[in-house]
Amino acid sequence: MYQYTDFDRRFVQERAAQYRDQLTRRLNGQLSEEEFRPLRLQNGWYVQRYAPMLRVAVPYGELNSAQLRVLARIAREFDRPDEALFQAAQTKQDAIGGIPAPALSYGYAHFTTRQNLQYNWIPLEKSADVMDLLASVNMHGIQTSGNCIRNITADERAGVAVDEIVDPRAFAEILRQWSTLHPEFAFLPRKFKIAISGAEEDRAATAWHDVGLQVHRNAAGDVGFRVMVGGGMGRTPIIGTVIREFLPWPQIINYLEAVIRVYNLFGRRDNKYKARIKILVKAEGQNYIDQVEAEYQRIVTQDGAPHTISQAELDRVTASFVPPALLGSQHVSAENVHALLAKTADEDKNFARWLQQNVAPHRNPHLRVVTLSFKRLGQAPGDATADQLDASALLADQFSAGEARVSHDQNLVLPWVAADQLPALYQAAKDLGLAKPNIRMLTDMIACPGGDYCDLANARSLPVAAAITERYQDLDELFDLGEIDLHISGCINSCGHHHSGHIGILGVDKDGKEWYQVTLGGSDGSALSGTPKPGKVVGPSFSSAEVVDVIDAVLQVYSEQRQHGETFIDAVQRVGFEAFKTAANAARHPSNDEALSPAA
Amino acid sequence: MKLLSHTDELQAADLQLGNDADPLTQNLQGVQTIELHFPSFTDGRAFSQALMLRRRCGFNGDIRATGDVLVDQLSQMQRCGFSSAVLRADQSLTKGQELLTHFSAFYQGDVTQPQPLFAR
Repeated sequence: MYQYTDFDRRFVQERAAQYRDQLTRRLNGQLSEEEFRPLRLQNGWYVQRYAPMLRVAVPYGELNSAQLRVLARIAREFDRPDEALFQAAQTKQDAIGGIPAPALSYGYAHFTTRQNLQYNWIPLEKSADVMDLLASVNMHGIQTSGNCIRNITADERAGVAVDEIVDPRAFAEILRQWSTLHPEFAFLPRKFKIAISGAEEDRAATAWHDVGLQVHRNAAGDVGFRVMVGGGMGRTPIIGTVIREFLPWPQIINYLEAVIRVYNLFGRRDNKYKARIKILVKAEGQNYIDQVEAEYQRIVTQDGAPHTISQAELDRVTASFVPPALLGSQHVSAENVHALLAKTADEDKNFARWLQQNVAPHRNPHLRVVTLSFKRLGQAPGDATADQLDASALLADQFSAGEARVSHDQNLVLPWVAADQLPALYQAAKDLGLAKPNIRMLTDMIACPGGDYCDLANARSLPVAAAITERYQDLDELFDLGEIDLHISGCINSCGHHHSGHIGILGVDKDGKEWYQVTLGGSDGSALSGTPKPGKVVGPSFSSAEVVDVIDAVLQVYSEQRQHGETFIDAVQRVGFEAFKTAANAARHPSNDEALSPAA
Repeated sequence: MKLLSHTDELQAADLQLGNDADPLTQNLQGVQTIELHFPSFTDGRAFSQALMLRRRCGFNGDIRATGDVLVDQLSQMQRCGFSSAVLRADQSLTKGQELLTHFSAFYQGDVTQPQPLFAR
């Protein structure tokens, strides 16, 4: 992991002190809420449905165990609503009706699709104390909200993947530093999200971002970036346009400066739904690209390309990302490891399934990449209690050189696990309820917090997620269905990435009631999912009670029509959308016929 | 950076540049003061415009921020090339001065310090 320098540490502390001053001015009335709003937002503090929400930045998803313990402490000591507030919130939620809903809860953190963490109940008066606590482990909420360059996301297997061409972490860190408190780009037309990957397989959904970066090598073996611009979800799902096939790596900051400056000057500010860079790129097309290239040339020739990354700087940052020294596994031969795993798998079918789904190969043949599943009955997707965060810290220390990563699928990844330790890790994770062998399966769904917590949501995500989780508890059935991306968003902002789900569910509001639009055939751009694209809507939206039956019906078509070994998404492509659409619409409940009229 | 109160008597700027104007096409002959207006403090176009006036046009005169100018954005303005700012009526000059020096340094280069931290 990146080792913070004295400068890096002081910077985070100065930021925490700056925020404390701003909060003090807000609390004593010197700052209006309108003026305080962008200041708190650029530190990760929202005000949600019932309480403030804090989003903590986890740069490119990497966490160490000390950070996990502080995050646990914040969950335990600060994520505690006032009793009356909590009861009032629960009463309001209970009044919504629909399918059975899990109760609201507190004392936990939520992993987000942008590899960050969120808390839902911290009182704003205590926010500066929390920022100090975060700063004690080099953490913060800088630019986790607001119309600025957000926290940069990356491949969860960066630096350990077997299909990696170039480790993107040093570049992600250099870009994190460059974008932090950028003076020119703090008030862009809209938020700005960058994702970076450096492997054959795109595990960071790069094409779906404002800027997607893929580090690769050209024919000469030089390292550079494929630069995509203008991808995004929301109301207008658009796949990013490649504007540079190969940009030499030292130029990436200079080039991004041009990309974002042109956006800052010309992006729309009159309508927030048309303010993302994707709308500018779509409207201007080649003209946008020409403007960026012209500005880039001026940065190089007139400014002297001041942000050209030097080899010395790349080397300095890269030195932080050397593989940790690990003991043990190197002394166990591959044959013995294989025998040990085969024996354990023979004795325990679920261990075999866990090896298949939750364990991935590692560039070091003695090691494996293990995903702890935070998708299970009784807790919302991606939620981790204070105790679970502490326990994860312990697992990271015992099995993964003290490192864990938040995946954009809302799980925790342990990147440095010795192969011969897998049975022990499995047992420990199982005891914690984090060894469900469902990674990439239907129940490893992405879901936003939705209308239980989020102020923007049109409908709740969590009751639907809970109903689907409950319905698909049978592992034999789950494994028979194979790998399926199910993504749920509570509103069109698409935090739950419904556009890219093989099955997407979008919460919509009709006359104050919750409805759910279902899409099929979306792709995040991974090898399983194919070329990135948004799913297609199957028809008018469904009631919450119908959603599980619709999914059942769609999967029934798959079960009947699939060819040997064919995945769900491949079957949708081959068989065609219509058969699935017809089945989905046939699953409507008769009593809800009146619901057919409001198209979503 | 010179902080001004809205009650200060100021000479009118030689050039008032609209937020949609292209700094590169302006005739800056004889211009000593350019005013860039913030219609709202969340509209960040003037940051890029100020930077281009300094870096691309080689403008050495005064670049003055007016409009919705709040103390919490002064440091950004200074780093983008503004040399003076007329604070909104309810803003404190003292607080503004204090906030200008809150951070000891920044990562990225800017108009006042073109080199990024790693190249200094």
